[in-house]
Amino acid sequence: MKQVKEVARRREKYPDEIKNLPLSRGIISERWKTMFFKKVAKHIRDYWALHVMALPGVIAVFIFSYLPKFGVIVAFQRFNYKKGFFGSKFVGLDNFKFLFQTTDAWIITRNTVCYNAVMILLNTTLAVILAMILNEVKSKKLAKYIQTVYMMPHFLSATAVSMILFCFLADTNGLVNSLYRSLGWETRNWYMTKSIWPVTLVLVSSWMHVGYSSIIYLATITGISPEYYEAAMIDGANRIQQARYITLPHLRAILTIMLIRSIGSIFYGDFGLFYSVPRDSGSLFSVTNVIDTYIFRALKNEANYGMSSAAALYQSVVGFVLMIGANAVVTKISPEYAMF
Amino acid sequence: MEANKVKTSNYVGKHKGFKPNEISPKANFIISFILTAMTLIYLVPVILVIMVSFSTPESLTYKGYSLFPTELTLSTYKFLLKSGKQIADSYKVTITRTILGTVLSLSVMSLYSYVVAYRAFPARKFYTYYLFVSSIFSGGLVASYIINVRYLGLYDNFWIYILPGLVSWFNIIILRTFIQTTIPDSLFEAAKIDGAGDFTIFFRIVLPLFKAGLATIGLFCVVGHWNEWSTALLYIENPKLVPVQTMLQRIQQNINFLKNNSQMSQTQEEMLILKNLPTESTQMAITVIATVPILCVYPFFQKYFIKGMTIGSVKG
Repeated sequence: MKQVKEVARRREKYPDEIKNLPLSRGIISERWKTMFFKKVAKHIRDYWALHVMALPGVIAVFIFSYLPKFGVIVAFQRFNYKKGFFGSKFVGLDNFKFLFQTTDAWIITRNTVCYNAVMILLNTTLAVILAMILNEVKSKKLAKYIQTVYMMPHFLSATAVSMILFCFLADTNGLVNSLYRSLGWETRNWYMTKSIWPVTLVLVSSWMHVGYSSIIYLATITGISPEYYEAAMIDGANRIQQARYITLPHLRAILTIMLIRSIGSIFYGDFGLFYSVPRDSGSLFSVTNVIDTYIFRALKNEANYGMSSAAALYQSVVGFVLMIGANAVVTKISPEYAMF
Repeated sequence: MEANKVKTSNYVGKHKGFKPNEISPKANFIISFILTAMTLIYLVPVILVIMVSFSTPESLTYKGYSLFPTELTLSTYKFLLKSGKQIADSYKVTITRTILGTVLSLSVMSLYSYVVAYRAFPARKFYTYYLFVSSIFSGGLVASYIINVRYLGLYDNFWIYILPGLVSWFNIIILRTFIQTTIPDSLFEAAKIDGAGDFTIFFRIVLPLFKAGLATIGLFCVVGHWNEWSTALLYIENPKLVPVQTMLQRIQQNINFLKNNSQMSQTQEEMLILKNLPTESTQMAITVIATVPILCVYPFFQKYFIKGMTIGSVKG
């Protein structure tokens, strides 16, 4: 009733032409608010099911992904477990000062970045070469068999890989030491020898990742139209030249995307590789400790919330900046390959 | 431009069906041989582990690990079967979390991917960015730990395996691409004209056509759950809730982990067996049990993994 009176009162102000037009549900008031509500109502009526469908995912992502982002406040607190986020004392940048005053900070940063850089370059190069060579193999059955075997390490957990390596490097009776003994050389405790680990870890990482990574590149290569190759052949190019001028440019797109991703994650070490494979051997820490293992050990072994969260925030921020930076660089060079 | 001297292969005409633009049979043989020989790099370590698990402890001590063990025995496995309470528990945990986690993940993610794939939906961009932003930088291990433990009560709780990993940006993109490439928009419009609601469309149209996508992501989830081992290290104390891979990790550090599971309920005989459990061959035997199932299964699903990887990376 009240609404009818309201509308009647408003209608008095309308221009003469439409003042006396009959009221019906079809007339839209000029007030945009009503229009807006109507739009929303229509949207809800049409699409409510979609919102309901998205809801579980939204909730899960909110609780387990967005909330922890706010939890970075811990990096700025002297966190007390009982008091929680809101009761712990705020200490500003103290945790970071503590962290960067230790030599650990430099060691883990250096380890993480250097290992990642080498691994990215080596693994990508090997994967691309593997894909290109595998593409040439005439027997498709053989190629599939080879690909299956090369993919195998992807299905092993890091612990299983560490067990496998243990068979080789075990102290008393590992394969390597047995070999040394039979050759008359002195056996060594490999899990305490720092010098072998950089190379070992890089090689293990290649063993684990090259096969699976080559899949994408192989798929891209098989997608290249054979007309290019035939035209090149007619022009007299041999296989190697064809590879250089046809295959590689076609791989540029996917390689760029991969590279951006890798640079964005250069601050994130492969936790399984660096924690499990060296069997958590303390004497190797200066060459095997990366940011992720440092955070884990600080949290688990020492319950040092402050340092580990400072390291974690350090990792997130730098990683994020690197990713944006890498994307910006790519946007400058060839915009169609940028991620956003 | 006059065509340069055409460099056709010398083999044209000599070998029937030989396409001129392929490498010569000699080169083909060389690379095939090298690549196949290199498969040994992958096979030999696995075979080594299997061999060690079948070796007698004495031969391990005196002759060391070897690809060709002189004394083989099933005793390690027999030991494990008899006294493997911890192993059985861990296997139960791994299998349960794999099945439950995969099913729940697939349900939530496929629903979400439908929402994100439906082009006519005005709020689509919001949901896409919502997920994207959550993936580009993370709050870190510590924040997650505190939230999970102190506020959500997930310490020593089975659900820690499933809930945090329910949604993955990468997988949803793959699912979305699947929907967009395999189901034409006209199908949606026709269904809408016929008066179908979104739920009807999803269950009656999308799901049946979508099986390949579900299989791919399902496989990713299965492999992920099976091999995941670091969550329990941080969150779980109760040995009964430890999955197989974490058990393997703990045994690496301390063989006693095997023996400590509820000592009260073990008979005298069982405890004696455990006391004499050989360390190294046991470790390898458990590695074998933990890995062989998935190694035997994955070759049959190879094409799903390949398809999933390519779609995910190209569109990601």
